[in-house]
Amino acid sequence: MSEEQIKNLEEQFEARIARDEKIEPKDWMPEKYRKTHIRQMSQHAHSEIVGMLPEGNWITRAPSLRRKVALLAKVQDEAGHGLYLYSATETLGISRDEMYEQLHTGKAKYSSIFNYPTVTWADMGAIGWLVDGAAIINQVPLCNTSYGPYARAMIRVCKEESFHQRQGYEIMIKLANGTPEQKDMAQDALNRWWWPSLMMLGPTDDVSVHTAQSMKWKLKRKSNDDLRQQFIDQTVPQAELIGLTIPDPDLKWNEEKGSYDFGDIDWDEFWQVVKGHGPMNKERMKARVGAWERGEWVRDAAMAHAEKKQERKEK
Amino acid sequence: MGTKNWPLWEIFVRSKNGLEHRHCGSLHAADSDMALENARDVYTRRNEGVSIWVVESKHITASNPENNGELFEPAQDKVYRHPTFYDLPDEVKHM
Repeated sequence: MSEEQIKNLEEQFEARIARDEKIEPKDWMPEKYRKTHIRQMSQHAHSEIVGMLPEGNWITRAPSLRRKVALLAKVQDEAGHGLYLYSATETLGISRDEMYEQLHTGKAKYSSIFNYPTVTWADMGAIGWLVDGAAIINQVPLCNTSYGPYARAMIRVCKEESFHQRQGYEIMIKLANGTPEQKDMAQDALNRWWWPSLMMLGPTDDVSVHTAQSMKWKLKRKSNDDLRQQFIDQTVPQAELIGLTIPDPDLKWNEEKGSYDFGDIDWDEFWQVVKGHGPMNKERMKARVGAWERGEWVRDAAMAHAEKKQERKEK
Repeated sequence: MGTKNWPLWEIFVRSKNGLEHRHCGSLHAADSDMALENARDVYTRRNEGVSIWVVESKHITASNPENNGELFEPAQDKVYRHPTFYDLPDEVKHM
């Protein structure tokens, strides 16, 4: 194809997206569109899969059967969401194994929030309430993104995820209304998860490298700073309602702009965790790679069994 | 990495009797039995289905969007295939 032909195709492509048309797997697309989507969608899938680990840590120690079935269902949903997203990414021409390898070798990233430890039961509450809350804010706009398979996966994910945040908040309500020790535990979890949750919505707009292009392709509908403000404004009243305090002395309502002002985020911490120096980065990858390696004989045995059955059928 | 990868399967779910099976996504499985079991866990955790079809992805032949013109445009100017093309007297209420 000549350069002019490609330029022509690119213009038509951008015009289709501007008209809100969806792009489907076999459609022509610019190489950069394909690569950017593979990067974002696979990171999203990896986050779902690694995201099972901090919560999996508490399934056997959930304080009641009600809490246990809910947590188990939530973690199972995360496995499902990872699978929807992996198969949607495969439609762009990357194999599942390549994606796993990128995750396992550290070439691909996942959400840095999962590199923090879950030290008490209250962390299950804080994760559902704050981490899933921030994730929903990130994900809802993606239901309208331009790439069809991604948009369809996100619609399923968002539909299923609303219970995740509710179950987390319910855990926090219960603890906040419990004994002084339980209330302290809830406050301590909020203290530890608040700032990492704000970081989850991404670097500030002035340093975010992908925003402009991603906006054009509808991979992003709102800027990181706007999403963060939305998250803070919706979460602060929820904390107040259950008598917990947001750990930010600079947080105050700004009547003029109709939203909260908040303190500085420690971006050094964020970049440290992204670069692999968070408290749990090594542990998470060890668990993930270990599960993959220990499962190899099962995958091979299943394949051998399937082939044997097929041969027998053909005879 | 395993030496042989599980093949990819396309999953179709009928949400209730009377409706058609609809494509809902794909997954990897060693064989069709496992594809059915995995599809049940991945795509019907909330009563989304009463019946599942699994088809190995390599068996699907898809049209090429580059041929959309010759495939689908000829239908665009055939208005006479639609009932509104035909003039009827007002007295005929239902036809």
